[in-house]
Amino acid sequence: MAQTLGQGLHDLAEIIETALGDAFVSAQVVHDELTVHVARSQIATAIETLRENSACQFTSLIDLTGVDYPGRERRFDVVYHLLSMPQNQRVRVVTQAREDEAVPSITEVFPVANWFEREAFDMYGIIFSGHPDLRRILTDYGFRGYPLRKDFPTTGYTEVRYDETAKRVVYEPVTLVQEYRQFDFLSPWESAQYVLPGDEKKDG
Amino acid sequence: MDGTRDFSGKVSADKRPGEQSIRNFNINFGPQHPAAHGVLRMVLELDGEIVERCDPHIGLLHRGTEKLMESRTYLQNLPYFDRLDYVAPMNQEHAWCLAIEKLVGAEVPRRGSLIRVLYSEMGRILNHLLNVTTQAMDVGALTPPLWGFEEREKLMVFYERACGARLHAAYFRPGGVHQDLDPKLLADIREWCEAFPQVLDDLEGLLTENRIFKQRNVDIAVVSLQEAQEWGFSGVMVRGSGWAWDLRRAQPYECYDEFEFMIPIGKNGDCYDRYLCRMEEMRESTKIMLQALDKLEACTGEPVLATDAKFAPPRRGEMKRSMEALIHHFKLYTEGFHVPKGEVYAAVEAPKGEFGVYLVSDGTNKPYKSKIRAPGYAHLHAMDHLCRGHMLADVSAVIGSLDVVFGEIDR
Repeated sequence: MAQTLGQGLHDLAEIIETALGDAFVSAQVVHDELTVHVARSQIATAIETLRENSACQFTSLIDLTGVDYPGRERRFDVVYHLLSMPQNQRVRVVTQAREDEAVPSITEVFPVANWFEREAFDMYGIIFSGHPDLRRILTDYGFRGYPLRKDFPTTGYTEVRYDETAKRVVYEPVTLVQEYRQFDFLSPWESAQYVLPGDEKKDG
Repeated sequence: MDGTRDFSGKVSADKRPGEQSIRNFNINFGPQHPAAHGVLRMVLELDGEIVERCDPHIGLLHRGTEKLMESRTYLQNLPYFDRLDYVAPMNQEHAWCLAIEKLVGAEVPRRGSLIRVLYSEMGRILNHLLNVTTQAMDVGALTPPLWGFEEREKLMVFYERACGARLHAAYFRPGGVHQDLDPKLLADIREWCEAFPQVLDDLEGLLTENRIFKQRNVDIAVVSLQEAQEWGFSGVMVRGSGWAWDLRRAQPYECYDEFEFMIPIGKNGDCYDRYLCRMEEMRESTKIMLQALDKLEACTGEPVLATDAKFAPPRRGEMKRSMEALIHHFKLYTEGFHVPKGEVYAAVEAPKGEFGVYLVSDGTNKPYKSKIRAPGYAHLHAMDHLCRGHMLADVSAVIGSLDVVFGEIDR
């Protein structure tokens, strides 16, 4: 059996750094997991290098997803989880993209990326350049908006029901009979943003 | 007959030979087809009976789990995992708990860990029983589901006796499991484990050497190891092709490294080998369950949930007597525990393959982002690749063999 996971991750990070060349941005080992940040424009070649390099052999793409940080200039993290069955190692490759920037597709390297990229496009609106068939995948036919973005409301914008008079399914704007309730339950003593009654006397 | 001639063989007046183009036939397979194993709509392009192209349309069961999870606390999110792969609910919960524990750095007490192994293996048997027998039904056998579901029913009663629910268990909790098991229940599980191999023998008697079953499954959807890696396969889809890749062995989590079990592998990577693997895995799981029962006997009465009061709720009895425990209980069930900032990926060997959770925490009581990596998603994606050139009738055999459940694919 190959070496157990968690050992030699720092060595692996160095190997990856030399293999990737200028595509490499940074690498961290946290919680026994290796995260490599890679430049967006070179992501496809970087992933291919990770697959082909005999010391890495990351031959499976386990997962691909986006993460939304609306406050950042480059809003999206695109996260690739790679697995090497021969080496019994995992690596997480992260690249950042702005909302209007396209990320090179890796469908040529891993055919399984096709659906994963479609999902990231569907959920976040991340464009993958060179993807053969970038359609929506999980949402309804004709859906608008990108549901997993932080600025998309959990309730959505449309609701759907069967209309007995029209004898078909109709789409309507969401109407909530009561306000959408979202409690954060974070310690109320710390998170209150307003001045509690009586507190204004404290300074005066 | 290509449409240019009528039944007597004369060339029809309005169509000259050579001008007629033959159009492939498109059909919709599903979304309400019993062999689609759920709500799968598949657009098949057929040339006669040969599948030329197949385009699965998924998302008909999409409930936005990942979005919902972002506005709920870590503990409130746990029951969503039962609703992913509802055939083996606890295995999914396991991945979620592991991800949280990895970020928090929590220790699971030994007894809790053993119970998790016991119920994960039970989940594996639940899943394989359903898959093997319904796949057999898709290719024409009616008896296996009747026999298999009887055993599933018994296992679901064990689920119920542990946590009160047959399907949506919410039994694994971050830090262990919710309740300890009754000694009578453990005795009954042991009794079941001893009787179960006989049921497997009976099932094998129905299927393994059955002529029709073999005709429908041997050499169908052959997956090479190269393909298995390119298409992100895991679990039985890799083992059926001959690589003993099992996360329980390769990257042991929980206390799987203490258990003795074998990893069955196939030779040819076809539907039939995957069936054989699943049958053999059920036997191995039964062995693991028996070992877990032995180990559980040795640690009777030990805690099953972490005792860190800021992370896991107090026991009910304690809560009734201690004011501090009551406060902890209140805080944990309203605000919930906070998870340190960071990102983590935790995976388990679920019955269908690698089920993983990618969790990004911003240090509050709710996940900032959680991505559920469902094995069925990658497997179903390969449908087009696997079905090309096969007959229409093989499509249902292939879907069955991929072991898809739409709860986890659509999320």
